[in-house]
Amino acid sequence: MFELSLAEARAALRARKLSARELTTAYLGAVEQLNPQLNAYITTTPELALTHADAADASLARGEHGALTGIPLAIKDLFATKGVRTTAASKILAPFIPPYESTVTANLLRDGAVFLGKANLDEFAMGSSNMTSAFGAVTNPWKRAGSNTPLVPGGSSGGSAAAVAARIALGATATDTGGSIRQPAAFCGIAGIKPTYGRCSRWGVVAFASSLDQAGPVARTVEDCAILLGSMAGFDAKDSTSADIAVPDFAAACARGVKGLRIGVPKEYRMDGMAPEIDALWQQGLAWLRDAGATIVDVSLPHTKYGLATYYIVAPAEASSNLARYDGVRYGARSPGRDLIEMYENTRADGFGAEVKRRIMIGTYVLSAGYYDAYYLKAQKVRALILRDFTEAFEKVDALLTPTAPSAAFGQGEKMDDPVTMYLNDIFTVPVNMAGLPGLSVPAGLDAAGLPLGLQIIGRPFDEETVFAVGAAIERAAGFTARPSIRAEG
Amino acid sequence: MSLDPAAIRRIARLARIRVDDAQVQQMQGELNTILGWIDQLNEVDVTGIEPLTGGATMAMRLREDAVTVPDLTEAVLSNAPDRDGPFYTVPKVVE
Repeated sequence: MFELSLAEARAALRARKLSARELTTAYLGAVEQLNPQLNAYITTTPELALTHADAADASLARGEHGALTGIPLAIKDLFATKGVRTTAASKILAPFIPPYESTVTANLLRDGAVFLGKANLDEFAMGSSNMTSAFGAVTNPWKRAGSNTPLVPGGSSGGSAAAVAARIALGATATDTGGSIRQPAAFCGIAGIKPTYGRCSRWGVVAFASSLDQAGPVARTVEDCAILLGSMAGFDAKDSTSADIAVPDFAAACARGVKGLRIGVPKEYRMDGMAPEIDALWQQGLAWLRDAGATIVDVSLPHTKYGLATYYIVAPAEASSNLARYDGVRYGARSPGRDLIEMYENTRADGFGAEVKRRIMIGTYVLSAGYYDAYYLKAQKVRALILRDFTEAFEKVDALLTPTAPSAAFGQGEKMDDPVTMYLNDIFTVPVNMAGLPGLSVPAGLDAAGLPLGLQIIGRPFDEETVFAVGAAIERAAGFTARPSIRAEG
Repeated sequence: MSLDPAAIRRIARLARIRVDDAQVQQMQGELNTILGWIDQLNEVDVTGIEPLTGGATMAMRLREDAVTVPDLTEAVLSNAPDRDGPFYTVPKVVE
């Protein structure tokens, strides 16, 4: 049962070969068995899941179904869920029980999904390893061959990706501000798409950097991601940056093939010191697409190397502003103080972890009087140049193919000595957020230690269909059948 | 440019985060590493480039300035760390 993809489970549910209660019960059992090892969930909601499952069975019995009726999912603990604690993996939100439902999760519930619980993440989605969660690290279900070293699942959507890879969720919601869907998907051997900025509503998603944040799905196949995104996406008047654009049939696009498409290879993504296996996999991916009828075209994105430095001005600046709301007054935790200012300072000192504080401090500094032009305004101009690079490239090609991350999953505690070393993980993913484009990571191969590696497909704004078509072609050619050592079976 | 301990304290004060001496020292090292790395942007010529402010190139939508939700006082206050009837409470501001 755990080897069924979301699309296959959906077909079995509709054919009444499997009930939603059976499927949900099996997944809840797997969560109970494996979550103590993985820590992929912060909160589990078994009773709620069974209520959702019984409602799904009742509709299926009437011959009715939505896009996801009876499908058990993990929800990143950054999406507000009505009546279910939503922590953003921060101490400061540990007591928070939202009285409302985010638009994305409301869309999933409308379509009949079953919620198993809230997935772990880096605190406020700030991190690339899931090591910054106030609720503990997440362990990647994959191990290096012959080694028991616990590896990171990537971040920030590390719990979502680990849960899907270990088969303790059939799919999951995630969010991506600088790579937080695609890098953990690559590290855990699954697929994940960050759609175009504006495709999914941000309403009810705990804000990190509002001009970069986008919700998207992670799942075991490209088609499963397409099904989930079709449900999550759509115009929402409650988000002023939500795009009023029709949601196409993403799943249908997976079968299109790549014949006649022009695929760009950005030369600036060939980095010194990149693992040779990753370069080899990239070349293999291009060969697969060429064999399937695509034309490969060299392109240049000259400002790629400045993407990360730009990101580490823009994202902390927006975060320092967004996180100003955690003041110990309206919701979340409060630490006492003799006066109002001391109460604020104690609340925020006790409630935020080290990485969140670092980013708030950087953001406060780059926005402060006298430094705004030198840092923030400069970064916004470089951001415009990054977008221009992509716009010019997309005059010549239909999509770009790159590696997702410069390495496979690393050990828990590695790359922690210096914040910049950790930031470099997102070098291939950050420019996509800066330009607001869709990006999909597809598992395409293994490194010498047997760990999964991903390839990234980048598309034009609101052209997720081409991205899915290319991603599905890579997936078919790669025939990725490797499985993590920790996973539910049966 | 490099931040000294006084600058770290000033930023922490602006950000409303209490810091002790050990944290000031640690943050000084970390923040200066990050800012030193960010300084690579000085190489980029941005003459005549308009800043890109948002994630989307489309214009912001305007809406009618009208009340769109019913009275949600109880829901809004349900997560308050401390309250008094329909009010949030904070430590005394005026002596």
